[in-house]
Parts: sequence; C-alpha cells; structure tokens
Amino acid sequence: MNEFEPVIVAFCCHYCAYTAADTAGSDRISYPPNVTIVRVPCAGKVDAIHLMKAFEKGADGVYVAGCLSGDCHFKNGNTRAARRIAYVKQLLGEIGIEDERLEMFQMSAGMGDRFAQVAAEMTDKVRSLGPSPLKNAVAAARKAVA
Amino acid sequence: MITAERKPLEELVECIRPYQRILLLGCNECVTVCAAGGRKEVALLASALKMAYAKEDKTLDIHEITLERQCDPEYVEELAPHIDKADAIMSMACGCGVQEVARRYQQMPVFPAVNTKFMGASEHQGVWAERCQGCGDCLLGLTGGVCPIARCSKRLMNGPCGGSSGGKCEISPDVDCVWQLIWDRLKALGMEDQYEKIMPAKDWRTGRGGGPRKIIREDLTE
Amino acid sequence: MKTDSTLEKVLESGNLAVTSECGPPRGALPEKIKEKAEMLRGYVDAVNVTDNQTAMVRMSSFAACVFIKQMGMSPILQMVTRDRNRLAMQADILGAYSHGIDTMLCLSGDHPHFGDHPTAINVHDIDSIQFVDMVRNMRDEGKFQGGADILNPPKMFIGAAANPFADPFELRVARLAKKAAAGVDFIQTQCIYNLDKFEKWMEGVRERGLHKKVHILAGITPMKTVGMARYMKNKVPGMDVPDEIVARMGSVPKEKMADEGIAICVETIERLKSVEGVSGFHIMAIEWEQKVPEIVEKAGLYPRPEI
Repeated sequence: MNEFEPVIVAFCCHYCAYTAADTAGSDRISYPPNVTIVRVPCAGKVDAIHLMKAFEKGADGVYVAGCLSGDCHFKNGNTRAARRIAYVKQLLGEIGIEDERLEMFQMSAGMGDRFAQVAAEMTDKVRSLGPSPLKNAVAAARKAVA
Repeated sequence: MITAERKPLEELVECIRPYQRILLLGCNECVTVCAAGGRKEVALLASALKMAYAKEDKTLDIHEITLERQCDPEYVEELAPHIDKADAIMSMACGCGVQEVARRYQQMPVFPAVNTKFMGASEHQGVWAERCQGCGDCLLGLTGGVCPIARCSKRLMNGPCGGSSGGKCEISPDVDCVWQLIWDRLKALGMEDQYEKIMPAKDWRTGRGGGPRKIIREDLTE
Repeated sequence: MKTDSTLEKVLESGNLAVTSECGPPRGALPEKIKEKAEMLRGYVDAVNVTDNQTAMVRMSSFAACVFIKQMGMSPILQMVTRDRNRLAMQADILGAYSHGIDTMLCLSGDHPHFGDHPTAINVHDIDSIQFVDMVRNMRDEGKFQGGADILNPPKMFIGAAANPFADPFELRVARLAKKAAAGVDFIQTQCIYNLDKFEKWMEGVRERGLHKKVHILAGITPMKTVGMARYMKNKVPGMDVPDEIVARMGSVPKEKMADEGIAICVETIERLKSVEGVSGFHIMAIEWEQKVPEIVEKAGLYPRPEI
C-alpha cells in the first residue's frame, strides 16, 4: 500500500509558537516529523506570497502559528496574519486547491502540548486530503533539474 | 486614484491557455495603492497561475516586471529588451496602462488582469469608494465638496429624490444618499441658500458624452 | 389658463380634483389599458399612466395615453428621466401633444436596480427639476432646450411628484419650492398614511405660500391586506406607514381587510379635505382600479364637476 506522508510547513512566531515547540521538545511531547518549522519574528511577518510559494514548491499543507488574541508581542501581527490566511484560502479556492490545506492556529509559549496537538491534527487532516494537486508537476520539475 | 480589482483567476487562466510564456506586468502607481496590480500582486498572481497550470501537470513560464507607470511611453519602453521572453503579455495596470503597452508592442497579444473600476479615494484602510466621474466641468464648489454626479445613483443635480431614507440611497442601505451628505455639508458651511438654486441641465460635452477626450498643453509639447 | 387641460380647468374652478392611475400591460395588449381606464370613467378628472414603473418594461406611457385619449378620457403622461435623453423626451412631448395629450408628470424614476433590466444604463441626461424647467420653456417660450424655436409649441400642464415622507424631512419643502421655481403647475404626493407628518409638511408649504403657486393633490392608496401594510412599511423606500395603520389592518379578519383598507382611505380623504392647500386627491389603487369608484363615492367626491 502506498503510504502517503504529507509535507507540512509551519510558520511559527518566535515569541509564542516557536517557544511552544521548544517546550514540547523539553517536555518530551512528540509531534509528527511531517512538520517542518520556519521561525519568524511574528506571525504578521508572513506575507501571502510566502504561503503561496510553500504550496508552489510542493507542501501538502501549510499553517501559521501565532500568539493568542491580545498577546501578540507586536500588538496585532496575529490579527493581520489571520486576514492574510483568509485571503490566501480564497485564492487557493480559485486555483482549485482545498483551502483546508492552509490554517492559522494560536497558542502561548508554554503550551507545548497544544503545539504537538496542532501539528498532529494538521498532519492527519492533510493525510486524509491526500497529496497536493500540484505534486506531479513539482516532481516533474525536480526531475528536470536533477 | 484609479481603482481596479483582479479578474477571477478562472478567467485569466482561460486567456493565457494558448500560451506557454507570459510577461506579467505590474504598475507602481494607482493599482499598487489599491492593492490590485503592484509588485506584490504580480508575485501572487504569477504564483497562482503557475499553480493552476501545475494542477493540470503543465508548466508556465512567467516573467514578472513592475513598471513605475504603464501610462507613460518612456516607462513602457523599458519592456523592449524583455519582449522576446514571452508569447503574450498580461498587464495588471488599469485600462490606460494596458492600452499603452498594447500600442507599443503591437505584435504581442496583451490581456488585462484587472477590471478597472473607478476614480476614487480611500475611505479607510482597505476600502476605496467612487468619487469622480470625470465630467469635465467640476461643480464641487457648489455642493460643499461632495459630488452628485459620481455619488448619486441617479446623477441628480437637484436632489435628493423621493427614495432617500435615513441618509441612505434607495438602491442599498450600504450606499449613502449623497444629497443628504451635500445638505449636511452646506449646513455646516452656512451655505444653505445654495440648495435652492436650480442647477441647470448639464452640458455633457465636457464629459465622455462629447466623444473621447484629449488634453494638449502647447507649452509642454515638443 | 395656461393650457386646455381638463385637470387645470377643474383645479382653477376651485373644485377638489380627483386623479387616479393605470399601469400599462407588460405586453402589446391595448385591451388591458382600455379596461382599466374604463373602470375610472366619470369618477376621475384625469388618469395618470405610469412610465416603466419600478424599472420594469411595460407598454409606453405615451402609447397607453393615446388609447385613453381616444376613449374620450383625459390622460396624464408620466415620463421618467431614467430611460431617455432630452432629445427623446422633447420628441415624445411633441408627439403626445399632437395626439391631444396636454397634461404630464415629470419624474426621475425608480433605479433600474429594482426592475427587470438591472443591466441597463441609467440615462438621467437631465433630472426632474431640469425637466420641469425644460417643459415650461417649451410651453411658455416656445423653444427647444437647445434654443431653437418650436413650430406650434406644446401647451402642457406640468406636474411633478413630491414625497413629504422621504429624508431628509427638512429639505422636503425646499424641494417643492425648487420645483415651483422651475415652473411646476401641480404636484401629486406619495401616498399618505402618516397624516401628522403630512400636515407638518403642509404647514411648511403654506408658510412659503407654495400652495398658492402650485396645486397639491394628496396621494392616497387603499390597503388590501395587513401583509400589504407591512410590506409597504418595511420594504418600500420613502414610504411612511404608522404602526397604528398596520395594527388596524391586522385587527380585522382576513375577509374584512379590504373593506377596512377602503375605510381608512375614505377617512384619510375626509381629514385631508380640511387641510388648507390640498387641492385634490390622487388615488393610486395599483391592480385594484375597480375600487376607485367606491372610494370616490364614499368620500363624497362623486359626481365629478362638469367643466
């Protein structure tokens, strides 16, 4: 049986989500290896194009993890991120890619278990959605370069 | 500024279907300000088009170039060295820019990526509203600085009509009744007497009705 | 007398005038307009014919007016600025006058948004006030809007609409003053349910002497059902239906609602008779024209004066 393992990119803000990942690590709470973390100073630093490029380059799922409401180190970076994710979801819909492949989550620095839970949930969800519709083209492009 | 909105992706994909190499052009002026066709939007659209093609296991070669303006021939000229990189051009500029590019590069099919909407101003971040219809004979001094030609659904110059309700236009509760706004302004300015002066029938020749318009400055032409 | 209009004659004679309204059919069906007009014969001094009302295409007001004129009744040509430019309007006015139509109503018109052709362009080459001014010039100066002389100018008795219930209320008298200054001869108001508000508007009108410059016909529409009352209260812009009216319509059983509606109508007319400056009544019984004779009789306005 062909076991599909999704590639998930997680943009995590330094102050909360990335620290939560650290906490998960030091508390020995495991989370799926499918998730690759990209540390950003703030969820608000993530622009629409970063999310698009992640999918363009073959990610099966992408999420942005930021601080809880009212707790953003930069005041409203998390709310800006949420609006951008909504915009890109719409764009994905226009392209014909399931918008559930992109999500936003919020957590605080100490929530190691939440970080792990989110990582697992997203991985499971994307696994059931299947590989990104762009998979073939991405693979072909890689072959061409190789 | 001139405002615009990106066309639905489906429509754009259909336009460029016959082509493999596209030049995607942005404009650094109006469409940047209303987030419809500037550098960022060009990057997003290029990514989206590539993904749409990839979904059908096809590749698309896109070159992204954002010009300072597309409505001045000097800037449009800057595309000349890049023209042979593509079989078609898609421009995210307003209709003015698209036409200038088409005029200069006659051998290239040029497609608009946005629907040019109106001349407007920003009400607050992310919201732009129609303000001017280019009637060619500005009467804003008589209406407290609020334009009935652009903002009255019926273009009434002696409004309001009988459908004005709670400061809103009969066509939608989201549309202000501009004559309510004009009256409020005239009151605030102590210019109430202006209201009863009958504005005579407009000479539409100064507007689009007189045919496509041109401005020539003799002192500036070479 | 400015014209040969029957309506003008009745108004100048000091009698209360009565007008009503017919909506033309949504097809080439002359019988429909003739049937409706026939129901009104003898009960009204003149009959309005609406012009693509609510922006829905119907037989043109002009054509329907011709049929009514041929029946020996007096039509009022309604014309909106929404659908025609000034050339077409002047041409239609000459055409209508040549058919003996001598009374008209100058209106802006409902926005195409409401109708069956929302994709159409909204003309509004001129607005209703500029329109009144244009027709007055055609009649009194004998000139086209563009300045040239008219051979045998149309002597139109010029009407317009007024809505005392639209916002902002403080402008509604000033707007009537503007129409009066532009040369309007008579006004038909939006249908009246809120008598207090109407009387307040009339106070403002009288203060400026406008009731002496312009004949004001009070608009009246009978309610058929409580549903209609609620619809008009909540869904029609520029309409003011007090809660008491809705309650009253709802207080009677279904089979008695129509009669209650007529009763309210007649009471309204009686009360308005005593309001100084009201020169008559414009009864709009949309798709219920057969009730107009009953209303006119019960309100003591029958028979119509022989002028």
